[in-house]
Amino acid sequence: MLNFPIYLDHNATTPCDPRVVDAMVPYFTSAFGNAASRNHPFGWQAEEAVDIARQQVASLIGADPKEIIFTSGATEADNLAIKGVFEMYATKGNHIITCNIEHKAVLDTCKHIEKEGGEVTYLKVMDNGLIDLAELEAAIRPTTILIAIMYANNEIGTVMPMKEISAIARKKGIPVFSDATQAVGKIPVDVNKDGIDLMAFTAHKMYGPKGVGALYVRRKNPRVKVTAQIDGGGHERGMRSGTLNVPGIVGFGKACEICLNEMEEETARVSKLRDKLQNALLQIEESYLNGDKEYKLPHVTNISFKYVEGEGLMMGFNKNIAVSSGSACTSASLEPSYVLKALGLGDDLAHSSLRFGLGRFTTEDQIDYTIEQVTQTVNKLRDMSPLWEMYKEGIDMNSIEWAHH
Amino acid sequence: MSYSEKLIDHYQNPKNVGTLDKNKQNVGTGLVGAPECGDVMRLQIEVDDATGLITDAKFKTFGCGSAIASSSLATEWLKGKSVNEAVTIDNMAIVEELNLPPVKIHCSVLAEDAIKAAVNDYRKKNGLPELKFEESVVH
Repeated sequence: MLNFPIYLDHNATTPCDPRVVDAMVPYFTSAFGNAASRNHPFGWQAEEAVDIARQQVASLIGADPKEIIFTSGATEADNLAIKGVFEMYATKGNHIITCNIEHKAVLDTCKHIEKEGGEVTYLKVMDNGLIDLAELEAAIRPTTILIAIMYANNEIGTVMPMKEISAIARKKGIPVFSDATQAVGKIPVDVNKDGIDLMAFTAHKMYGPKGVGALYVRRKNPRVKVTAQIDGGGHERGMRSGTLNVPGIVGFGKACEICLNEMEEETARVSKLRDKLQNALLQIEESYLNGDKEYKLPHVTNISFKYVEGEGLMMGFNKNIAVSSGSACTSASLEPSYVLKALGLGDDLAHSSLRFGLGRFTTEDQIDYTIEQVTQTVNKLRDMSPLWEMYKEGIDMNSIEWAHH
Repeated sequence: MSYSEKLIDHYQNPKNVGTLDKNKQNVGTGLVGAPECGDVMRLQIEVDDATGLITDAKFKTFGCGSAIASSSLATEWLKGKSVNEAVTIDNMAIVEELNLPPVKIHCSVLAEDAIKAAVNDYRKKNGLPELKFEESVVH
């Protein structure tokens, strides 16, 4: 028996695991203390809970608890890492290297840095969504103070070669920052094995609550420092002031613990479902996989269905299935996804894309239903698509003078 | 964004999807939009030469639900109208009928443009001067 709607948008956010909620509840009511209240049991209780959570979060990424700075989420962590390094290392240089499919939280922060007099190189990704390591190496300057490359992309799920990236950075003594929002909790991420010096991630992408995230900041080999972006009571070792969100942090910790314990099993199960979905949808004529086939998160697939428009496609089943599209119509800007365009997709294919993000609670029945619904809707919309008709008649669509509006 | 029942009905059960023979003298075809913009609308009318009335209208649309619904509605409205009446269909009437949200107004403009293009194609084929229209404001 299927319950509607089916949620396949786990890259946007995830539901809280009930075990996470259970862990959080006491910290709203009975154990409500301020973790910075050093002189009474309410504060001690809160502080202890935060310490445990900090250990749980650190364990998931192979870090020391002292290297975890709690923030309001990954966006704040991205800002703290990039702006914090830019300010802290101003005497060393002003150049940052990033890539053109980063999340807006990184790209827009880099734009801000440029306004502040910084210089930013935006590496272009190859058509599989990965950066070219030779280009990275060539982009390094004596003034480069940070390499900021995402661990995994939110739209297409591709996983960057972090070990190779950090090896290049290490040779030149440049710190590596990674926005690992989509990767942590889904695939093994280890800051030491991966050679990452700063890393942003968030609870709500891994079955924890919204409104809490973290920045990992390496303390040795090398020690990395960031200038605080929020001033106040000097919390989080002075790097991020503000009363700690104790229930959120407790939930984040619990979510990390569950991911650490269950990742292997969950990945095996979810990737099997993802493969089933992906293979079935790629059976549809003129459908194309976006992003690399191999270097990819286990729970994501992004597919373009040529000659149908993404939002129109979603409307065929979005009462029952929640997915997202790179189509312009779904965004306020009316521009199709910059990530898909960066892969070299034409606007037409970018408009025709759907992203499926599976998760912990996705079932095979849900995937079977999704395959059926998407296939039906693609076929139905193609029957009413003038472009499909032209394609079938062998008309070259580039020969038509389109009225661009 | 929630859509009106009428819009959803036109999307789910579109009226007059199909193709008329574009080579026929009494068929006018309008093709507007562009694949890169995410919507392409093809609207066709078949005119009774004796009465000057539109006897059939068909569409095919690549686009979002609002674009599909706008073109479906347009074909319904066109049937039985004279060619001259057809060009008086205003995009705002489509907006009202389907209760289109502001970000989807361009879909109704596209439908209006498609009607005008189909009428002009018919006029051109039949030796009539093409009508000049003011540039649509919303795009």
